[in-house]
Parts: sequence; C-alpha cells; structure tokens
Amino acid sequence: MTQVSMTVNGKAVSGDVEGRTLLSSFLRDKLGMTGTHVGCDTSQCGACVVHVDGAAVKSCTMLALEAEGASVDTIEGQAAADGSLNAIQQAFQDHHGLQCGFCTPGMVMSAAALLKENPKPSESDVREYLEGNICRCTGYHNIVKAIMAASGQDVSAIAAE
Amino acid sequence: MYNFEFVKPASVADAVAALGEEDAQALGGGQTLIPTLKQRLAAPSKLVSLSGIAEMKGVSAADGVLSVGGATTHGTVAAEAGAYPALADLASHIGDPAVRNRGTIGGSLANNDPSACYPSAALASGATIVTNAREIAADDYFQGMFTTALEEGEIITAVKFPIPEAANYQKFLQPASRFALVGVFVAKYADGVRVAVTGASEDGVFRWSEAEAALSKEFRGDALMDLKVDPANMIGDLHGTKEYRAHLVGVLTKRAVVAAG
Repeated sequence: MTQVSMTVNGKAVSGDVEGRTLLSSFLRDKLGMTGTHVGCDTSQCGACVVHVDGAAVKSCTMLALEAEGASVDTIEGQAAADGSLNAIQQAFQDHHGLQCGFCTPGMVMSAAALLKENPKPSESDVREYLEGNICRCTGYHNIVKAIMAASGQDVSAIAAE
Repeated sequence: MYNFEFVKPASVADAVAALGEEDAQALGGGQTLIPTLKQRLAAPSKLVSLSGIAEMKGVSAADGVLSVGGATTHGTVAAEAGAYPALADLASHIGDPAVRNRGTIGGSLANNDPSACYPSAALASGATIVTNAREIAADDYFQGMFTTALEEGEIITAVKFPIPEAANYQKFLQPASRFALVGVFVAKYADGVRVAVTGASEDGVFRWSEAEAALSKEFRGDALMDLKVDPANMIGDLHGTKEYRAHLVGVLTKRAVVAAG
C-alpha cells in the first residue's frame, strides 16, 4: 500500500491505496463519495467524469496514484454549502435533463468543463462535447437544452422532441 | 486487474532505469492500457508512469518542423499544434474530451492500434519518432498491427513532424467504438504527396503508393479516379467487409485531397 494525498473539492484528503486502485475506487470506496458513478468501467459511458487539475477525465480510467498532489473536483462539490444547486444542476432540474439520474454526475461534470472552455456553445458544440457521456433514458435532447440554458442562452426555440 | 507496483519518475533517465526491470511496463495516459489491465490481458509487475516527466511534454514549432513531446495529451496537441492545423484537427477528434485529456501521442504510437488516428499522421508526414536511444523514421517504425520498431523498455520522448504545404485527415467513424473504421491522412510536400491509411488493413497503417504517385503529378481529387485499392489485405468484420473498407480508402482519400485544397 502507498499513501496518496490530493485535494478533493477543496479539502485535503489522503489514504492508502494499491498501485491498481482507480481514482473512481478511491473516491467511492475510500472517501465514501459515491456521487461519482461507475457505469461501464470500460471508459465508454462517462458517468465517472471528474475534473483533475481542471480537466475532465474518466476517473475509472486513471490510477489514484496518478492524482497525487492534484486538485480533484467531483459532483459533490458542485452545489453550494447550503445545498443550493449550481447553474448547470438547476438547469438539469428545470429542463428535465435527467430521468433515472445515473449518468447525471458525469453529464454535469462534462458540461462544467465544456462551459469553462466555451461559455456560449452551440447546440452541435454541446452534442459533440458529450460524445463520451452516455445516457440511456433521456435521448439527450433535454440534457443539451439544460446545458444551453445553463450557459445563459434562450432555449425556448428548442422544442422538447 | 492484477496488482502492480506504481512508480512515477520525473526524468527520462529514471524512467528508462525503472523499465529495466523484467515485466515493467510504461504507462502513457492509460486510455488503452488501463482497460487492457482490467481485462487481465496484461500483468506487468511494475507500471512506470510517464506523466510526470516535464521534458516529454509540450508542442513547439521551428524551421518547418513541429515537435510534440511523447507525453503530450491529445487535448494539448489539439490546442497548441496550430502550426500544423491538420494534425491539431486530427487530435481534436480522437475519442472524446475526457479521453483526450489523458491519452498521449507517445502512448498511441507505441501501441500502434490498427484503428488509431496518430499512426496515419506520423506516416503521412514522414515523421521522426524520437526515443531515449535513437531516432526512427516513420517508414521504419510501423511494422504491422500493434507492432513497432520499439525495443523493450524504449520510450518515445518526442515526435517530429515536417510541416506540409497542405494536409487533411478524413476519418470514417466506426459508430460504436468511435475509432476510425477507415482514416486517411494526405500530406503535400514540395517533393511529393504522402498518403497514409489507418483502420483498413490487416497489416496496420500503410502508405497508398499508387495514390501518392498520382497526387504528386496532379493534386486533385480526380487524379484518383482510375485507382482501385486491392481488398485482399483489408480488415473484414461485422462493421464492414474488406471490399467496403477498400472502397472507403478511395472515397476518404479524395475527400482529404479536396479538403486540403
């Protein structure tokens, strides 16, 4: 076992891990932060997306020890301390951007990375950016709409097909 | 996945030393290797991460050559390889954004997946693969599916791409994996045109020499009109027959020439 230390949502954390321990396992099993979901465990679905030093990554395809000293942001750090949702989370609620909710942590984290890079994305920008995030419920339409709305754009013309 | 010892050296010299151990394996961004380990298809005793080696990261251009450090991510190439726009565009369409933030050019070229994008760019550009020990011409580097000229423990520290006058990469997506079902990279240099094809052949990435000859005479899509690709060595699977892939090679090459202008 090796000790790994990192900052998760602004808080310093550490724990003993094996070489093979994935970042997703460290977050979920060691820290008990189960908001980061593991859907496929084969880097296809994107439910496990977190930010490492500001960049979106699939935490099921990164070793915990690779995040030594890094700053990690997860879905648990998105809402304010009083529980009020951030703009992306609120938009997902307002526009029915989720049904079962399993993919939502990854969708929200990918959306946050997109809006940081591209504050006013077009609809096709959003769809392209979400290529690595799979949702089996919504058909994506309301997810795209929610992200457009969270970026402050008028989505009244985007019909809920 | 089986357990292993993990080390993260800060220099190429330390990484080479760590890789000297039997069953040690280099880890680039892990976007292929970690899924492979999960399936227990590999069991290294030690993984040597290359992600902490500053001298292997970054993109720079000088004297008509774009140099990319071996541990540079696809996302960084997409953002910083503006001096070679076709290469930046290729990098910006590998996998998805989260994969691009981890996956590296050195990892892709060392793995030489027959459907990966980067091998076509390296081969079409006549790139030089720089390792800790030597420089390898792309024409000598690729030796068939998942096979390269790299020796055990040899690390790709950089890739040098001569910047072409015009170039373009066209990828036909395999809709499930998002890898290239067929991808064609066309690069036009003062001394001729090079065409490299990924995804299509049982032999991995290859140069389409008939197309190169025709395009070197006349750089127009119509120059390819009478050329046919032999389907004999093409990959045939549930995603496409040999004949389908052979046909796609022609179509994508023409599109790449038109797009390159």
